[in-house]
Amino acid sequence: MAEVTNSTPLKVVKPKASRDDWTMRAFMVMIGAYLLIALAFPLYIMLSKSFENKDGVFIGVENYIKYFSTPALFNSIENSVTISIITMVITVTLAFIYAYALTRSCMRFKGFFKIMAMIPILVPSLLPGIGLIYMFGKQGYMKWLLFGETIYGPLGIVIAEVFFTFPHALLIIMTALSISDARLYEAATVLRAPKWKIFWTVTLPSARYGLISAAFVVFTLVITDFGVPKVIGGQYNVLAVDIYKQVIGQQNFSMGAVVSVVLLIPAIFAFFIDRQVQKKQVAQLSARAVPFEPKPDSKFDALMMSYSGFIVLIIVTILATCQFAALVKFWPYNLSLGLQHYNFDLMDGGGWDSYYNSIQMALWTAAVGTTVVFTGAYMVEKGRGFQQGRTLFQFLAMMPMAVPGMVLGLSYIFFFNNPDNPFNFIYGTMAILVVSTVTHFYTVAHLTAMTALKQMDKEFESVSQSLQQPFYKMFLKVTVPVCSPAILEIAIYLFVNAMTTVSAVVFIYSYHTQLASVAVLNMDDAGDIAPAAAMGMMIFYTNAAARLLHAVVSKYMEKKTQAWRQR
Amino acid sequence: MSANTADIRVETGNGQKPYLTASNLTKQFGNFTALSDISLEIYEGEFVCFLGPSGCGKTTLLRAIAGLDIQTFGTVTQGGEDVSSLPPSERDFGIVFQSYALFPNLTIHKNIAFGLENRKLPRADIDKRVNELLELVGLNSQADKYPAQLSGGQQQRIALARAIATNPGLLLLDEPLSALDAKVRAHLRHEIKELQRTLGVTTIMVTHDQEEALTMADRIVVMNDGVIEQVGSPLEIYRHPASAFVADFIGTMNFVPGQVNGSDTLKMGSVELKCDPEKITERGNITVAFRPENLLVQEGGKKLPNAFEAEVKYMEFMGSFFRVDLLSKQTNSDAHIKGDFSINMVRRTGVKEGDTITVSIPHDRLTVFPGVN
Amino acid sequence: MKKAFSTKLLGGVATTLAAIGFLTGSVSAEDLTVYTAVEAEDLKRYAAAFNEVHPDITVNWVRDSTGVVTAKLLAEKDNPQADVVWGLAGSSLLLMKKEDMFETYAPAGVDQLDSRFRDNSDAPVWAGMDAWVAAVCVNTVEAEANNLPMPTSWADLTKPEYKGHVAMPNPGSSGTGFLDVASWLQMFGEEDGWAFMDDLHENISHYTHSGSKPCKQAAAGEVSIGISFAFRAAKSKNQGAPLEIVMPSEGVGWEMEAAAIVKGTKKLDAAKKLMDFIVSKPAMEHYNQGYAVVAMPGISKPIENYPANITDSMIAMDFEWSANNRDAILAEWTDRYDSKSEPKN
Repeated sequence: MAEVTNSTPLKVVKPKASRDDWTMRAFMVMIGAYLLIALAFPLYIMLSKSFENKDGVFIGVENYIKYFSTPALFNSIENSVTISIITMVITVTLAFIYAYALTRSCMRFKGFFKIMAMIPILVPSLLPGIGLIYMFGKQGYMKWLLFGETIYGPLGIVIAEVFFTFPHALLIIMTALSISDARLYEAATVLRAPKWKIFWTVTLPSARYGLISAAFVVFTLVITDFGVPKVIGGQYNVLAVDIYKQVIGQQNFSMGAVVSVVLLIPAIFAFFIDRQVQKKQVAQLSARAVPFEPKPDSKFDALMMSYSGFIVLIIVTILATCQFAALVKFWPYNLSLGLQHYNFDLMDGGGWDSYYNSIQMALWTAAVGTTVVFTGAYMVEKGRGFQQGRTLFQFLAMMPMAVPGMVLGLSYIFFFNNPDNPFNFIYGTMAILVVSTVTHFYTVAHLTAMTALKQMDKEFESVSQSLQQPFYKMFLKVTVPVCSPAILEIAIYLFVNAMTTVSAVVFIYSYHTQLASVAVLNMDDAGDIAPAAAMGMMIFYTNAAARLLHAVVSKYMEKKTQAWRQR
Repeated sequence: MSANTADIRVETGNGQKPYLTASNLTKQFGNFTALSDISLEIYEGEFVCFLGPSGCGKTTLLRAIAGLDIQTFGTVTQGGEDVSSLPPSERDFGIVFQSYALFPNLTIHKNIAFGLENRKLPRADIDKRVNELLELVGLNSQADKYPAQLSGGQQQRIALARAIATNPGLLLLDEPLSALDAKVRAHLRHEIKELQRTLGVTTIMVTHDQEEALTMADRIVVMNDGVIEQVGSPLEIYRHPASAFVADFIGTMNFVPGQVNGSDTLKMGSVELKCDPEKITERGNITVAFRPENLLVQEGGKKLPNAFEAEVKYMEFMGSFFRVDLLSKQTNSDAHIKGDFSINMVRRTGVKEGDTITVSIPHDRLTVFPGVN
Repeated sequence: MKKAFSTKLLGGVATTLAAIGFLTGSVSAEDLTVYTAVEAEDLKRYAAAFNEVHPDITVNWVRDSTGVVTAKLLAEKDNPQADVVWGLAGSSLLLMKKEDMFETYAPAGVDQLDSRFRDNSDAPVWAGMDAWVAAVCVNTVEAEANNLPMPTSWADLTKPEYKGHVAMPNPGSSGTGFLDVASWLQMFGEEDGWAFMDDLHENISHYTHSGSKPCKQAAAGEVSIGISFAFRAAKSKNQGAPLEIVMPSEGVGWEMEAAAIVKGTKKLDAAKKLMDFIVSKPAMEHYNQGYAVVAMPGISKPIENYPANITDSMIAMDFEWSANNRDAILAEWTDRYDSKSEPKN
């Protein structure tokens, strides 16, 4: 004992890092640097720009004073909040009933209804706007439904935003409804509670976190969306379009930065509330509940099925209208069909090249994004050391959800288009579009990866270390294969969103890297609305094909790996 | 707490140098101290169990020894070398976890071979070694299956094979049997012990199950609240618990308040008990402890020493014996005493609930703890 | 302070990543990056014509709408990416001339141009190409359906019967919109100009972001009357839209498309060769395929469905005034009309 106790006992042991630790730290630094460079620094510079005048001189809150003394500008806050709240209420209500039909009824064709409801995710938000113009515009074939109201303005924005946000709300509410505990219903039925009372006392309360979460997601999507109000907003100003007008129309970058900051506030606010609610939802999830099994009720099932059918009909009608309009020679004066609107090379927006660029960009985003996101999540969840760095990384990874695409794009102009920036060389290239898109959609992808990684045995890393194997061997041979479903899910998510996003790229694309989604915007902007619809539908078909391919690959992998995935 | 350091016992230590030492280990997580100044020595070939309730620090100590969560203060040496700050990959141990932690997408063969790769071993040697190990754990027909296709017990044996594949000097087992059902557990307990004896590998096992510790360990380290309560052979710990905590944690123990009443006499209520004088180190109020199975029932006319009367309140049938709840007005009006009566004895004497019987505690089965619990 | 910090931040990143610098592709000396707002379909033709004279110089187009190209150039002021601007609104070029963003150069043969299309200062930086002229597109089918008489003047458009039937571009984002507003202020004087716009605003159905959209919407019947430009109007009519192109009797504003060399270009020689071509006769003939009015007198040939005698309608525009007052005009316009729901002061 004597020879071991005489070592100074109160000296803190400094763990020695192995070569493996150093490799891992190098990865952590690289991944951390990515989020700093692609997110934190640009946002910081944008924030500081909002306190500068056109010549880059610091002028304090002068820009803000100007902003709040210009009614045409600050009125947009009220407009943005108004349409976001109206859309939120409508979407959550519609999605709740739809989710209720899918989880609590015995209606037929549930698989079909589930797939059809997801369609809006596959199109750029500009497209429903265009569809509505053909349906309810001056020459719209369903114009009579509006009784003289104009579709250009809040009415059109809300309808298109409901279309655009519906699947997002539906997914969340469906999850919430499917975890409800059947035992509560049994208890309520035994107590002879009438159906409506069960609904109010059991169904709604148990789905409340899902509903709140869905409400905030819809709110955030709408207030940060740029496509819909741009196409169909008419003179109804909203914040996201204001940024575009300030930057593109008036070249007033400082004011663009001010509006960006103003837009960030409600988005961040909604984001934090949602995070709090999500945590509670998770707690509710972990309780072992008996899944609810709906019982057939022919009247109720028929009602639910007609409702779902009606929603699907609306979704299909909007898309079919776009496709039809894209094929019509000269709406509304010559309704014969032709392909001349597909001659994109004669229009603004970059022609067919923009379509191929988009596919290229989406593939890069999926490849680079999946690698970065998954490796990053691995470092956060399974990394050793750098505890504070990992916490910071986790925080940064959650941030993009609260940062509107326009704001991110604008901050990229400020940050990357600075000759002093060593990354200046990516400005105007495909790379900056990929970085912006990956960063814009980082959070959801990160959460998907984290969920998959959390299901991995915590001790894999310990075992691997004790067997003196490097972490990357374990990562490549075990972690990646086991998480492959999640990895594919991340890849397809990034691909689809890279195809449809406008806001994250509209400020930073260049002549050589024009994109299909931006082409839709620019063609619509120039009044070439039929070609815009045609390009929008091209994006839809591409995404639908990608989704299909994803389903086939997943199925194949499931089959191939079922030997070890079986329970 | 250094009073609780491992007692260097002649039969194990044999005068040789310890293989593994932990000196003054302290582990802090923020403000929480998980390990407090732990010192311990483990000898080559020993099977040591860290036993204690959850949160006592036993796993933390194991992880510190492995280098998975390095201690805040203190030193660890292994084979004479100071490994205190080394990462796990530079230490020499194999580890098995409660969850098996088998790689689900690799076959059994590849799981075991995992640690043998990247060591400049020819493929044929690796295969040979894997087959040897599969033989050793008796699963040689399962090489091409995936973990999910095996039972829990089989998976844990694979995990064990994987851990010893590289012939480590130290085998660490972190609650290896806790996830298994009772029958498999008992069987595997025996198997692991056998394997350890065959290989002669120094082994540390963490467990909260006293039965596991008592049956498997050469020595048990009982821990509580981040400190070592007692180190000793299973018999020593059971017979001579060093603290009330150990006494209570291992096996069942009756605790009755009493007083010291002379150099070899204790008083428990109005009952006088003879006791080995060396056990009496305190004066005044003490706690008298004795195990239920050491309670004897007076049969026939034979008078036993240290006897008192008690009423049988309940009799619980436990299969091989009765656990009897006794209340003795003589000892203390509210002190319930547990006694284990054999089936034979109960049949012989016809004891039943409501009877008043005379029981006695042999003087060498009494333990005295200071103060009143 | 803030600026200093961001520079330092960037500098720190610089050292870490200097190694990646080699990834930046270098462009050969005979490649010119040219920013333009010319219609997409004309670009290939223009470049091909230039390459007939200088086959060794490649033109890399960067094309976008006037607003975007202007924004891009201003944004890149400290780090110009373009070598030459070929085909951008004159008022945008004047704005950038104020910011000292162009190389001084008088192209060979620039004296052949109409003096309105020349930079007549001592240190000329820009040269004009052609003019795009405001015009009003009226959908005859919709006009009939809504009982609207054919307007003949700007003043007509303020009459109550046109309420909700007129679309025009937002001057904040559209070059055409700005030229309209500037021309009204110059034609009617500031006070009457704003009064006219107040009245017009009553009739406006919506303001568009792009200058061609009002005419395209009129062509599609989405609005009855679109204030746009003549070239667009002629094109839509050629495509078979039921359009009547009206040149208001008070005269119309116009904007020139012009070119300049971006200051700091590393390819000054090639850029000068391009500038020389831009003002040459063959180039003018190409501009004439889309634009009736080009900078070199005596070239213009009539264009199908393009309003005849358009030069007679073009008022004398003071582009310097427009450029100098751009910010103030836009601020005032935004204040008065930007939100239709806004109560007027």
